[in-house]
Amino acid sequence: MALRELKVCLLGDTGVGKTSIVWRFVEDSFDPNINPTIGASFMTKTVQYQNELHKFLIWDTAGQERFRALAPMYYRGSAAAVIVYDITKEDSFQTLKNWVKELRQHGPPNIVVAIAGNKCDLSDAREVSEKDAKDYAESIHAIFVETSAKNAININEVFTEISKRIPVVDAAGGSSAKSIKLGRQVSESRKTCC
Amino acid sequence: MFILILFVCSNWDVIMDADTLQEGEEQPMRNCAPPSDSEAPVGILAPSLPLLRNHTTPEPTGRHDFVSVDEDQISSLDPSGDTKVELHSDAGPSSKLDSEETDSPSCQRSVSTPPSGREDVPTDPDQSDSGEFVVTMLAKAKLEEQGIGVKGRSSPLIEAGIQEASALASHRDEDVTADSWRQHRKHVFVLSEAGKPIYSRYGSEEALSSTMGVMMALVSFVQSGDNIIRSVYTEEHTVVFLQKGPLVLVCVSSSCQSEQQLRGELLYVYYQIISMLTQASISRIFEHKKNYDLRRLLAGSEKILDGLLNLVDSDPSFLLAAVHCLPLVSSLRDSLSQILQKAITPNLVFSILIAKNQLLTIVQEKTVIEDVRLEPADVHLLLNLIGASSAFQAGEIWTPICLPLFNPDCYFYAYISYLDPPECTVCLLLLSTDKEAFYAVAECKRKIEEAMTAQNSLSLIAKAQSYSVSQVGVSDLRHFMYKPFDVPDNYRQLTQFTSPEMEAPYCSDEEKMRLLDLYRYMHSRIHSTSRPLKLIYHVAEKETLLAWVTSKFELYTCFNPLVTKACAITAITKLLRWIKKEEDRLFIRYPPKYSTTPNPSKSSKSSKSEQQDSADNGLSLL
Repeated sequence: MALRELKVCLLGDTGVGKTSIVWRFVEDSFDPNINPTIGASFMTKTVQYQNELHKFLIWDTAGQERFRALAPMYYRGSAAAVIVYDITKEDSFQTLKNWVKELRQHGPPNIVVAIAGNKCDLSDAREVSEKDAKDYAESIHAIFVETSAKNAININEVFTEISKRIPVVDAAGGSSAKSIKLGRQVSESRKTCC
Repeated sequence: MFILILFVCSNWDVIMDADTLQEGEEQPMRNCAPPSDSEAPVGILAPSLPLLRNHTTPEPTGRHDFVSVDEDQISSLDPSGDTKVELHSDAGPSSKLDSEETDSPSCQRSVSTPPSGREDVPTDPDQSDSGEFVVTMLAKAKLEEQGIGVKGRSSPLIEAGIQEASALASHRDEDVTADSWRQHRKHVFVLSEAGKPIYSRYGSEEALSSTMGVMMALVSFVQSGDNIIRSVYTEEHTVVFLQKGPLVLVCVSSSCQSEQQLRGELLYVYYQIISMLTQASISRIFEHKKNYDLRRLLAGSEKILDGLLNLVDSDPSFLLAAVHCLPLVSSLRDSLSQILQKAITPNLVFSILIAKNQLLTIVQEKTVIEDVRLEPADVHLLLNLIGASSAFQAGEIWTPICLPLFNPDCYFYAYISYLDPPECTVCLLLLSTDKEAFYAVAECKRKIEEAMTAQNSLSLIAKAQSYSVSQVGVSDLRHFMYKPFDVPDNYRQLTQFTSPEMEAPYCSDEEKMRLLDLYRYMHSRIHSTSRPLKLIYHVAEKETLLAWVTSKFELYTCFNPLVTKACAITAITKLLRWIKKEEDRLFIRYPPKYSTTPNPSKSSKSSKSEQQDSADNGLSLL
């Protein structure tokens, strides 16, 4: 069975639940009292998709402003980006839009964008309507799901959707080279960016 | 119009920059701090009252604890607070029997130095009131007395702050007007030069914004006279100020620590902030925008500062400016060092292995160690960062971090990963100067992990633990702290100290703190700026302590209360012999080095300039 490595980064405002989503996906656990991520945390998980194994190389970035300038390092060379907002915080949805803009301008051209409206278990305190978010996601051709890391709702689905959208490896292996040879790509882009 | 003037009460003193103080101050800080920024020259206190008026405009409240003084009175004050400092710092842990011996001829201190606090109690009610005013204003930070919210009229700003804070966890939502808030042993505040709150140890910064405004007013008032405010002493509190670049740090302490010690602690707080943001970017930010709210950049990092302050209170490493490593059979430590030494990649500069929040071993890049050594304070900040956050317990972390004493303006990139999940006691920390090096550095971790599995290192490390004082075999000895100085065979190595577990009667947190307080008191006497001592024999209420500093070591010991002087001296001789015998186990003795600089002709200067590059393109915060 073929193994593909897919670099995925999580972006979004501080406290929206990026780390919780990753923990739920990777370890199937949830801790209500986790500390803010420092820098970025790297984890992997391999899942089967059709007749391929997809190894997700997940960069869970810190949402705090002081780490903002580091983000390019993580989304560069990513096959997909999961941008997370908190359905109970309007501000976090605005931040999400900024992330989309930034990815458009500086991100990889074919990056798959997934929008996750997290904390959907707290719909009583909802500030962002599902329809608005869905419309926005459609307008930018992004995957859209409302998730709850706490109740394990739609977490695996986000990553399955990403698997679906990732271009199929053609015989020449053009796109697989892109997602597997991370190290080389990083050093190439370094010349241009730094 | 009322004007806040602070220099008229007899029972508290404002200590300014006097020559004697400035000279002396650096001595105890020698091992943990570089010379402080250039401070303003000593000048006569020439107050500019209009300026003060600009900063604080208290409404006429009719309370007579606002003291108004004319300029003549102030300028007649003698700014040299030298003797006053001494007097008050002596009000240390009170002891019934306080005898001391010294072999320092410079010390002419009389044998009994009674705690002086009591004698200063003013009898004049007016004076007591004005003293009380300062206490309430600064140490207790009572909001109503700042002219913004006079009792019964609460400011909307304050209310908003409290409401916002209630959303946050734990002591951030403390009511800053409550007595319990005032009774905290040690408050620490960080503010910007514009008087904007940046951090408060207890209570929310919003609720304290007016209090911090008053602090800034004090700082700028004294500054306007070409002077620097260093401390304010009141009956119950010591208020210490530290100005570093655009940041002002203030400590309000009811502990018996000396001003120098408190200032050292503020310096650690400053360094921890620098380690997250770098000095260069902080200066840049405030150059652009004087009233920038730095909390935006520190958001989510309060826990790290909270953790640091708790550690500073409970861990003598900070007091001694030395690192405590986990005792380990030297063969095991050597094999761990060799594992680290072999797993290298270009631009890797430090490989650090930590277990139970203590250092196991540290391996450095060759060219780095030639030029500079890793300062204990930098290691403390790293250990605190790792200990303060559980964020490192999942996955592999890659984060920029600055080692302020190594280079305050540049970032390293730190790879942090626990080697024994889910227990998470053994942590690997690899520092690189290349921000793109994550995958290469992660590969080093794999090599290290493999080698450690092959040698069964993790289970051996798990057995390692601190030792009991009973192993020394001296019956009256309860506890000690021993810090060797640079001697030829560990020249340019990390300053370390060794200390056994605290055992009965120092089991409860209160008792531990009490012993540490006694050590702090001994330390402040040894490192007193005006009369440093070399040997102190201190008979306290429940124990007897002996502190001794020589050119080779600094030693603090704690004995049973009934020990005789002769017994204590014999015990120390035995203790020193025991440490000598065990030193391979107690200290990191010969840390190996590796070379990862691609071009051997490159000196660490060029590797530093690489850091500069990566800092420039990595994290430009504006």
